[in-house]
Amino acid sequence: MGKPVAMTGNIAVANAMRQINPDVCAAYPITPSTEVMQQFASFVADGKVDTELVTAESEHSAMSACIGAAAAGGRVMTATSANGLALMWEMLYIASGNRLPIVMTVVNRALSAPINIHGDHSDGMGARDSGWIQIYSENAQEAYDNLIQAVVIGQHRDVRLPVMVGMDGFIISHSIENLELLSDQEVKDFIGEYLPLYPLLNIKQPVTYGPLDLQDYYSEHKRQQAEAMKLAKPVILKVAQDFAALSGRKYGFFETYRLDDAEMAILTLGSSAGTARFVIDRAREQGVKVGLIKLRVFRPFPMKELQAALGHLKALAVMDRCDSFGAAGGPVFSEVRSALYDLSPHPAVVNYIYGLGGRDLGIAHIEQVIRDLQEIRQTGCIRELLTYLTVRE
Amino acid sequence: MQEITEVRWHGRGGQGTVTAAKIFAETAMSEGKYVQAFPEYGPERMGAPLRAYNRISTKPLSLHCQVTNPKIVAVVDATLLGSVDVAEGTAEDAIFVINTPDDPKKVRETYRIPHGSIFTVDATRIALETLGKPIPNTPILGALARVTDTISKEHLIEDTRVNLSKKFSPEIVQKNIEAITRAYEEVRGE
Repeated sequence: MGKPVAMTGNIAVANAMRQINPDVCAAYPITPSTEVMQQFASFVADGKVDTELVTAESEHSAMSACIGAAAAGGRVMTATSANGLALMWEMLYIASGNRLPIVMTVVNRALSAPINIHGDHSDGMGARDSGWIQIYSENAQEAYDNLIQAVVIGQHRDVRLPVMVGMDGFIISHSIENLELLSDQEVKDFIGEYLPLYPLLNIKQPVTYGPLDLQDYYSEHKRQQAEAMKLAKPVILKVAQDFAALSGRKYGFFETYRLDDAEMAILTLGSSAGTARFVIDRAREQGVKVGLIKLRVFRPFPMKELQAALGHLKALAVMDRCDSFGAAGGPVFSEVRSALYDLSPHPAVVNYIYGLGGRDLGIAHIEQVIRDLQEIRQTGCIRELLTYLTVRE
Repeated sequence: MQEITEVRWHGRGGQGTVTAAKIFAETAMSEGKYVQAFPEYGPERMGAPLRAYNRISTKPLSLHCQVTNPKIVAVVDATLLGSVDVAEGTAEDAIFVINTPDDPKKVRETYRIPHGSIFTVDATRIALETLGKPIPNTPILGALARVTDTISKEHLIEDTRVNLSKKFSPEIVQKNIEAITRAYEEVRGE
């Protein structure tokens, strides 16, 4: 049994970082992730970790320093949010293209303009094609657990990819909740010694990172990156299995709730899954056959597994806390709907874009989604493919 | 159905309202309960109205939406009563704990609080007399321990000691505990 504590998502993540004890951490503070680095900087100052903390002058520089440190052979971590992640953009691709297993907490927040500091998945979803593994967390416990697993996933020899772990800004990052921490020794043993591949600091074997790679080889390197994403899938499951043996808490690509006998379901990721679970329990008491799929791993996208889990449904509502302007719907919707296309028959799939800029997703909103699903179930017709929920129109 | 006690705090920036919600949650946790404490963040300025929330349950909490129908409302600053509807979303059996020198009857009449049980405590005066500063958060907690069955005074004192010792001297911690004890004794009902 772990130690029960009450702490915010940010402080839980800072404690995971303390227990992971990375070699280098380079960061630039941005709300709502600031507290992660603030707390971690205290751990550094108090001598609780051996980390070299680099206070960079921007997120672009922070990620650049992470890349340099990871290429040199260090275990490297950082944290950011929203416009901070956006400013890292070109460096995200350089981290993944160089196959550097940097682990980053992304406290998910809306992107400006207009300025908004609250929970929203637009930052993380915008980085979905950057070659980073992406794991989303429902609550502080999951943010803590996911970060520890991310270290082991990213550093695996078959993978060697950077990993970002998301949690919802303010809703989770600044909320105090019960959670259990592993002991320092358990985390140390779980993540193991870091074994760098081709470190720059090994002067006996000089290597070059990021050289010119034109028509002749670039395609092969990108193909290898795609293969690493594919190979990450069994690694993610194996790490989850080992983590369950250690903590008793089970993880997969996604979590299902009351789904086996469901005719309808809601698919969501992040903190809204908890509220949805509450509403689904109520609906079940009324005899409504509705279930939940909480997506945890968005990259690599678990297409085959979702096909197997969702094929029996008549109607599915996919929730996006992010818009993809001009697309058929939000990013999660587009991918889930595409995944189900090959099934015959396949569920009717509709999309709800909700909670932008921290707009509250309440019980009544999810009840409305369930009512819409019931109508689709009964009539077989989709009236609105995309609905903007929690918006005044 | 899961029994969840929801609390809404009304205060102003700089009065320790968010810290009070945090201590309230930690106290409930040390009594074996599942807890949430979360502020409503806006522009953070000293003196600006703010809200904070708690959820307390004997079972794990999965709700991550706003608290809209609180059972308990704690008003840390009585000057908010005229401008903020502290009764918003509350039911007949709500409990209001208000920092004011006035008695509950006067508060109910002046601000037309239609239902619920009103309790008042002069938390600012208690804070000034014990801490020497108008920070009424710990006395309000003492009053809550008295009028709700969500937290006990013993656990509250223990958790306040642990929590405030991280930031403050033993002398200041002791003064806060004195403030809690006094408010526990002085809180008035209708």
